[in-house]
Amino acid sequence: MAFYILRRLLQAIPVLLGTTFLIYFMVFAMPGDPILALFGERTPSPALLARIREQYHFDQPFIVQYLSYVGNIFRGDFGISFSGQPVNTILARAFPVTLKLALMAIIIEIVVALSVGLISGLRKGGIFDATSLVVSLLLVSVPIFVLCFIGQFFFGVKLGWFPATVGADTSIPRLILPAIILALFVVAFSIRLTRSSVVETATADFVRTAYSKGLSRRRVVPVHILRNSLIPVTTQFGADFGILIVGATVTEGIFNVPGVGNTLFQAIIRGERPTVVSFVTVMVLLYLIVNILVDLLYAVLDPRIRYVK
Amino acid sequence: MKFRRIGLSAAVLVSASALVLTGCASGSSGDKASSGDTSAVITANGSEPQNPLVPTNTNETGGGKILEALFAGLEYYEADGSPKNDMAESITTDDSQTFTIKVAKGHKFTNGEDVNADSFINAWKFGALASNAQLNSYFFEDIEGFSYDEDTELTGLNKVDDYTFTVKLSQPRSDFPLRLGYSAFYPLPAAAFDKDGKVVDGFGENPIGNGPYKFDGKDAWQHNVKIDLAPNEDYDGPRKPKNGGLSLVFYATLDAAYADLLSGGLDVLDAIPDANYATFEDDLGDRAVNQAAAIFQSFTIPSDTTNYSHPEAFAHFQGEEGQLRRQALSMAIDRDQITKVIFEGTRTPASDFTSPTIDGYSDSLKGADVLKYNPDEAKKLWAQADAISPWSGSFTIAYNADGGHQGWVDAVCNSIKNTLGIDAAGNPYPTFAEARALITKNDAGKREVQSAFRTGWQADYPGLFNFLGPIYATNASSNDGDYSSPEFDKLLDEGAAEPDIDKANELFQQAQEVLLKDLPAIPLWYSNVTGGYGESVDNVKFDWKSVPIYYEITKNS
Repeated sequence: MAFYILRRLLQAIPVLLGTTFLIYFMVFAMPGDPILALFGERTPSPALLARIREQYHFDQPFIVQYLSYVGNIFRGDFGISFSGQPVNTILARAFPVTLKLALMAIIIEIVVALSVGLISGLRKGGIFDATSLVVSLLLVSVPIFVLCFIGQFFFGVKLGWFPATVGADTSIPRLILPAIILALFVVAFSIRLTRSSVVETATADFVRTAYSKGLSRRRVVPVHILRNSLIPVTTQFGADFGILIVGATVTEGIFNVPGVGNTLFQAIIRGERPTVVSFVTVMVLLYLIVNILVDLLYAVLDPRIRYVK
Repeated sequence: MKFRRIGLSAAVLVSASALVLTGCASGSSGDKASSGDTSAVITANGSEPQNPLVPTNTNETGGGKILEALFAGLEYYEADGSPKNDMAESITTDDSQTFTIKVAKGHKFTNGEDVNADSFINAWKFGALASNAQLNSYFFEDIEGFSYDEDTELTGLNKVDDYTFTVKLSQPRSDFPLRLGYSAFYPLPAAAFDKDGKVVDGFGENPIGNGPYKFDGKDAWQHNVKIDLAPNEDYDGPRKPKNGGLSLVFYATLDAAYADLLSGGLDVLDAIPDANYATFEDDLGDRAVNQAAAIFQSFTIPSDTTNYSHPEAFAHFQGEEGQLRRQALSMAIDRDQITKVIFEGTRTPASDFTSPTIDGYSDSLKGADVLKYNPDEAKKLWAQADAISPWSGSFTIAYNADGGHQGWVDAVCNSIKNTLGIDAAGNPYPTFAEARALITKNDAGKREVQSAFRTGWQADYPGLFNFLGPIYATNASSNDGDYSSPEFDKLLDEGAAEPDIDKANELFQQAQEVLLKDLPAIPLWYSNVTGGYGESVDNVKFDWKSVPIYYEITKNS
């Protein structure tokens, strides 16, 4: 088991190196001159421009810039933003907020998907099943920013149930509205998946056996049906967690959540290479870790799976 | 030029319909003012400063409005742009070239240091020195001894006594005192500098100022989130805060800020998102602000193509033919309709090259008819140009797609297309950075852009010269169209040297009449500042440069 985890972590290193290189290259290849853009419509003197480029090492060739960036990362230094702040502190401030938001959303998703999916699956073809199908199709087809604006307008501005935006205070009650909307964005698919998985398991031989042994429905549904239906669904939740961290950009912008998406968006606009690349690197890292965790969960859910090598 | 970013987009995305509504902003506030709560904190929108908070290195509005609260310069501007003494006791000159500046005694920085002549001299020397590479260094370019290329002594600055110093310029500039309200000229305490005269690292994280506000405690600045300012009791100038502090909340998008304003989570918003132009005046009633701002929008067709990589793209815009075509294009644009339809009245059609908020502005310059929609005359002039050399190809305007410009560029091109019967279209570049890189000279000294391009200007200080000198004077730094006219240069120089402000403005107007003939840029409209405020605040006024006057805002509950 420990060996398995170690191997997975080692595999992550080339993935990380590859992504930083690609992202760094893409930001580098972005057309335009971020230093020039610092001056707005006013054209700076060439000497001044050259000096500022030098300050941010923009005058060096790509490979030199990249290697010095990666070298610094291994020393735990992610570079400095245009505003003179270490990217480390920016990361340390933004990630917890986004993690909290994504975690809240994933909990909402799990609760809703499992309960709705289970009921639909057990009462296949009933009114509840039909309604949940219609509603989830509706949710899948509405783009997230529409959900955000509608939610913000009705519950934030008109009804005043929630704050319209989050801002500086990122306590749990203030994050509920964006978390619900984020969850809605991903929940439809996991409802469908849970349902079909439950339908399949419910007709399996071991379930019939369980019933014929005289076990009660109260025992069979959670232990035999639900647990065995969870395997594909868990993978889905893992993937969704990644989507939620990365995909929170739109939601964070609309609800002004000072998290990863918001910060990354501004850094891209400014062409701040160190900030952009560092954020993406940490995102990739998180995604990898979540995937390892999901793989480990399989063993808990399905006793047949054992990680030996 | 302070420029805006992100939600407000690169530079000049702000807004437009001058004239009428100036008084509205302060509308109903007078009667309630007396009941105002002077201890309540005002919340307003802001954006994360792009650079550390050092006055000579901040050239965008996000950091600019914080600096204005933290520091006090020699002068400050009233709402209408007229300069008043802040730290200065007097600024005098005999020849518009050497200025004697007396600093008022008794002002202090928040660390207890006196504000004196050295506070200014040291700050300006630091800002001007080439190797310090400060974004605002061009503000010092007129001071004797300044150089962009190497470190030189700013010989024009001389200390007379502890509270008096003189500034000698390399040429007469009568509007120099007017410039001194700009944040680049703010003083810095001795504590800001190391022994080599450089601003110490970290100063901009927690600046020591002398202005109406100061940082509210150690963690006042939560990066990318907000900044909290408390009144500075030691400030004894004319801008004493009438509220209990200011919390500037940073928004990545204006839409979020607008939703906050509507829901009561935000007191003052200084720009309305594009999507709400049509509705914000209904949403906010008399708490909506829509008044002229010192922002000028235009597009430029290069005059001299020597520095352009693709001169052939502008072959039809040379000499007499070019002048006829520029005039025809200008008269083919229905500015009234576009400002009404596309901008919902948040822009004002241009009648000169400056802005209605600036002292000396005139809407009746000789030749301003060329800015009026006149399809018949436009067709006639275009035909005359065709007689010289027949038009071929299509007319395009380059713009940055991240600044909300597409709507008007398409409308302008349609207007040209329908009037002149030629092919015209927008030519978008994804980002401001990319568009600017094409327009600005590259390392080889060439400009790569191959079409007309969008241009705009937001004033640094409220003077006509600021709209003309940096853009249209021969070899001026922001003269992207490489325009050159001896006649214009002469009038501009005479105006700049003229000590009598009215006479100077007259000369600047004459200089503009030259521009109206040549049209180095084709004026489109002036942006308005659009904004609004919540029911809980009063005395909200926006100044000439589109920023709310925060220190006068009061809470009414």
